[in-house]
Amino acid sequence: MPWELISPILLLVVWQALAMLFPGRLFPTPIAVAQQIWTATVSGKLLADMAKTLTRAGIAFAISMGIGIAIGIVLGRIRLADRLFSTWVIIGLNLPAIVIAIVLYIWLGLTEVALILAVIVNKVPLVIATIREGVRSFSRDYDELARAYRMPLGRRLRLIFVPQLTPYVLAAARTGLSLIWKIVLVFEVLGSDGGVGFRISEFFQFFDIKGILAYTTAFILVVLVFEYGIMRPLERSAVKWRTDRS
Amino acid sequence: MADGPQLNIDIVAKRFAVLPVPLMVDLHLEVAAASVVALVGPSGVGKSTLLRMIAGIDTDFAGTIVIDGVPAATAPPAGFVFQDARLLPWLTAEANIRAVREATTPAEARDLLGRVGLAGYENAYPHELSGGMQRRVALARAFSVNPRLLLLDEPFVSLDRHLVTEVQQVFLDLVRDTSATVVLVTHLPEDAARLADRAILLTGQPARIIADIVLPGLRGTRGAAEISRLIDEIALPSSETAL
Repeated sequence: MPWELISPILLLVVWQALAMLFPGRLFPTPIAVAQQIWTATVSGKLLADMAKTLTRAGIAFAISMGIGIAIGIVLGRIRLADRLFSTWVIIGLNLPAIVIAIVLYIWLGLTEVALILAVIVNKVPLVIATIREGVRSFSRDYDELARAYRMPLGRRLRLIFVPQLTPYVLAAARTGLSLIWKIVLVFEVLGSDGGVGFRISEFFQFFDIKGILAYTTAFILVVLVFEYGIMRPLERSAVKWRTDRS
Repeated sequence: MADGPQLNIDIVAKRFAVLPVPLMVDLHLEVAAASVVALVGPSGVGKSTLLRMIAGIDTDFAGTIVIDGVPAATAPPAGFVFQDARLLPWLTAEANIRAVREATTPAEARDLLGRVGLAGYENAYPHELSGGMQRRVALARAFSVNPRLLLLDEPFVSLDRHLVTEVQQVFLDLVRDTSATVVLVTHLPEDAARLADRAILLTGQPARIIADIVLPGLRGTRGAAEISRLIDEIALPSSETAL
């Protein structure tokens, strides 16, 4: 059995053992939580909340990757631009996420736009920093090769630029996603009309640990599906050429 | 195919910010069409830099390099073999050959691989090939652009001796078929003598031409002794700076 499959089973065993040490109201068992997930799924509430959160995360992810990659490439290639804006990137990386959310909620109200924008502003500096490092590390040798053979721009981009950038885009996507999953929920708690974070804040008001764990577990399952279903195959495909067949 | 182009090299000055003196000053050289010229000299003298200038990669110099009446920077691409194989590690051997010229078909790429003794290695990635095999792919890539001008920067360095003979033979066969003009950088007199019609000896900082030797032609042996003797006589200083 692959170790990846043993790992979650081990987690469930540890969870069950801990649950047996505490009162069920404070620390429900995995089975109780699974039942709660089923109930919430059948009622349609869980899926609706999940869809809302995933839509927000998806939009924020796509926009911040697009903006971050574009700016990262510019800063990585143009030294003057980097010198002008590197301080902005440092500030962006260190601005507390909660401050950005509160300011945007004050400016734009408790709206969908404010929430998504807050996530984007949090994530873009991280993408910029990763992509900029990637572009800086590009081999000048390959540039020389392209120039010697007069390779047209499109071909250079496809055969030299993109393959060198891809590992950094994947790294930015991975770290960015883990950040987005977390802050979307926090911002939903802070102010939204639905979503996993919003629902968890409701459960919190009623000290409903089972509800909190049910939503959290369901959310983590979605994240794992995304990780194993999309991110890992993408990474494998991007570095396929490194696989030693000899 | 038409004979390779004539080269007219007139360098007024080539400087590097890190060097206290120019690398080249008033360096003039003509290379006849379809000839094979070897640039011989110690490391750091500027042989590779000169090759990059001819290829149009390095345009930061005072002077002109003209290839059949066209400035080097805008001339059609030469077949360039770098000191390292410089294959794109994410592409197979066949894709590496096709990368530099869109019109190259898979069959043409495979044919070239066959000519350099790598039939059956089309789908191998560079890391799956030995250093010598990578060098041969680089040679095949250089010929894939149907070059009228071939520029080779120490293409046989760090190859096993038996492999050098084999790869050089492949090179000679390919060169004969194309009638290309060839400029070959080497620090080995025997390579110059074996492969070139003419050897240009460079030395000093700024670099200057100290000898221009017409060799007996491809596969000559007399030239090697002549070049070696000249190098010994003038005791070429070796620079630490790799350029």
